[in-house]
Amino acid sequence: MDFNHTDDRRMLADMAGRLVRDQYDIEKRHKMAASDDGFSREMWAQMAELGLIGALFTEEAGGFGGAGFDIAVVFEELGRGLVVEPFLSNLLAGTILAGGNDSQKAVLEGVISGETLLALAHGEPASRYTLSHVGSTAVKSGDGYTLNGSKAVVISGDTADHLVVSARLSGDVEDKEGIALFLVPANADGVHARGYSTVDGYRAAEIALKDVSVSETAMVGDAHDAYANLETSFALGTLAVSAEALGAIEMCIDMTLEYLKTRKQFGVPIGKFQALQHRMADMMTEREQIRSAVINAAGNLDKADRDWNISALKNLVGRSGRMIAEESIQMHGGIAMTWEYAVGHFAKRIIMIDHMFGDVDHHLEQIIKFGRAA
Amino acid sequence: MDLNYTEEENAFLEEVRTFFAEKLPRQLSDKVRSGKRLTREDQEQWHAILNDAGYLNAHWPTEFGGQGWNAIQRDLFDVEANVAGAPRVVPFGVNMLSPVLMAFGSKEQQAHYLPRILDGTDWWCQGYSEPGAGSDLASLKMTAERQGDHYILNGQKTWTTLGQHADWIFCLVRTSKEGKPQEGISFILVDMKTPGVEVRPIILLEGTHEVNEVWFTDVKVPVENLVGEENKGWTYAKYLLVHERSGIAGVGDALASIDHLKHIARDQKKDGKPLADDPFFAARLSEIEIDLAAMRTTNMRVMQAASDGAPPGPQTSMLKIKGTELRQSINDLTRRALGPYAMPFVSEALETGYNEEPIGPDYANPVAVDYFNHRKTSIYGGSNEIQRNIISKMMMGL
Ligand SMILES: Cc1cc2nc3c(=O)[nH]c(=O)nc-3n(C[C@H](O)[C@H](O)[C@H](O)COP(=O)(O)OP(=O)(O)OC[C@H]3O[C@@H](n4cnc5c(N)ncnc54)[C@H](O)[C@@H]3O)c2cc1C
Repeated sequence: MDFNHTDDRRMLADMAGRLVRDQYDIEKRHKMAASDDGFSREMWAQMAELGLIGALFTEEAGGFGGAGFDIAVVFEELGRGLVVEPFLSNLLAGTILAGGNDSQKAVLEGVISGETLLALAHGEPASRYTLSHVGSTAVKSGDGYTLNGSKAVVISGDTADHLVVSARLSGDVEDKEGIALFLVPANADGVHARGYSTVDGYRAAEIALKDVSVSETAMVGDAHDAYANLETSFALGTLAVSAEALGAIEMCIDMTLEYLKTRKQFGVPIGKFQALQHRMADMMTEREQIRSAVINAAGNLDKADRDWNISALKNLVGRSGRMIAEESIQMHGGIAMTWEYAVGHFAKRIIMIDHMFGDVDHHLEQIIKFGRAA
Repeated sequence: MDLNYTEEENAFLEEVRTFFAEKLPRQLSDKVRSGKRLTREDQEQWHAILNDAGYLNAHWPTEFGGQGWNAIQRDLFDVEANVAGAPRVVPFGVNMLSPVLMAFGSKEQQAHYLPRILDGTDWWCQGYSEPGAGSDLASLKMTAERQGDHYILNGQKTWTTLGQHADWIFCLVRTSKEGKPQEGISFILVDMKTPGVEVRPIILLEGTHEVNEVWFTDVKVPVENLVGEENKGWTYAKYLLVHERSGIAGVGDALASIDHLKHIARDQKKDGKPLADDPFFAARLSEIEIDLAAMRTTNMRVMQAASDGAPPGPQTSMLKIKGTELRQSINDLTRRALGPYAMPFVSEALETGYNEEPIGPDYANPVAVDYFNHRKTSIYGGSNEIQRNIISKMMMGL
């Protein structure tokens, strides 16, 4: 065992870290988040040039990374800057396209070079966190398919050029069999996206599919593999947002510690109060726990217990992440409740990550199920 | 001990229920229930209805025109108001300043200000905290210097809730630098229209404008606006903090929030079944209900002891801690009940007159912002750490 990153990966982390530190102050971030796109295309191009998108994909897929630790180090840095550029949606949809036909792989190349944007349109108004829930339909018509349905809270769904859409060929709404994935241009007839901001300043969309015609070659991979491909995409996505939460947690703890040292009440820095010291000690302990859970999940992505480790990580991020987000606000007092002071924005991100790919209880339930199956 | 309501209490409950059924405008309760932002006009409308019915100050002593409600009556009214979806009464005038004026104000001040609070002429805000004086309130710096018939005020207050709507502000100011910091503080009433008073908004982390900075530059305030004696303000401020014991636990609010959460949990589906039937969710909700049932009784016990004349004690601090943490845990479970639909947020949808289709279920939009906004409750009104310090000091004999 070795708990050090390779040199390459350390360089990747440094590069991402430097970009965030030097070019991503919180004021600028809020401005980009409030723009029409909800992010900066210039910034995205620069990130592509630095290789931050390519780092998320394997060489076969046209990237130069794609291992769990690559994803983890990049997203941890993104979390430290509350980066609003659409890394997550492109990771989710790009991972699926990597298993597609040549023209689909060519689309992925455009993603890695920063020219093309993707989103994964999978969740639906009634899916909650059930991955197999697909009520949208794909009906064979001529030599293609007609898609109908609605997709909910599609991350970065309003700026994507292409959508990877899940739809059902057969079976009941929660069957794992019978799902297919399609690559659909976002401007195709019958695709309507209603974009909006999320509480933490990111973008998502409700997407309606009304008699959308796609050709046969729009299907990504084999229909039998669609569920497994979604599982892989979600495993990577869960790892990514958890590592992002870790970055945000580090920032919360750094800011809170700094504040404990500088804010004076009753004539002393508030950090002198043991009531606060002990809680800071707990926060720091949990930060290390989460860091270890990220390592467990990233290092076991190719192994049989991938999903156990992913669920363990997400449960811990939901549980301890919430504690750290709430305590960071509480230990600051009123100042943390303001828009102007950054810690609240990091806290919001940590809490909203609990609503992606399953919350704390969803993953607890998964862990219990894995235990029963063993 | 008798946990049954007496005949009078039952009659009171009936009376109160009838009042809410008949007098609470639907358009207000709809707004409250759907988490829309209330305007000053909404608040004024409800305030006037309560005042007409004599409920606005029913908890005041009879010599000041109240009905001297006891603990049980206050609890019943609080619960029924919340369950009916009534707006929360803005507390600064009727619940905070009034008791201080009744206890320490001059006859003239009582005669002048109390009726204006009731009829809604004056809206008040609370000017205690300063940038450097939060938990350590006694370190406040804003000064009031006596010059003939006036005090000249200089300094800054902050976190002033609803200061943007208020006509008047009651302030703690420094009138002396001698002795202990607590010994040089005075309690003074300031008309916000006086030249030199400037209100600047502070935007909260979820984007709402609820609190303000209030700046004072050479603000001339007549000496008649001093409450009680010069340099005794700390005593009055503390009186205010411990006197207003009802409401601190937020029992009615918690009950209404749980009702709302149950409604959401019946509507939300998990694997095709109502979320309410999910054992994980049910376990978390049940724990909250267990805590709340006990807290409701604790609250009534404390209020009853107070109206029987017991001096204020650390129980108030317990209610503050338990009440805020319980309601925060309801907010937390409510956001989780929504699943991914906790994420979208359309700020304009909180305004009246927004007519677009909601994103996701119609109850979703305010849930996450409420969760974040209510983090304030364990910070203000004496932070929960300060409350624990009080309990430690008063109960442990260490
Ligand atoms: C939304 C909102 C509305 C408000 N409305 C009003 C209003 O209308 N009028 C008004 O006057 N004020 C208002 N306040 C101010 C509020 O009362 C203060 O925020 C509160 O007193 C805490 O002070 P502070 O924010 O300066 O935090 P600090 O006092 O700096 O505290 C920072 C942290 O240190 C902890 N701490 C401090 N001392 C100790 C100690 N001895 N032991 C252990 N821990 C300690 C605190 O608990 C907190 O966690 C409001 C605040 C908010 C957030």
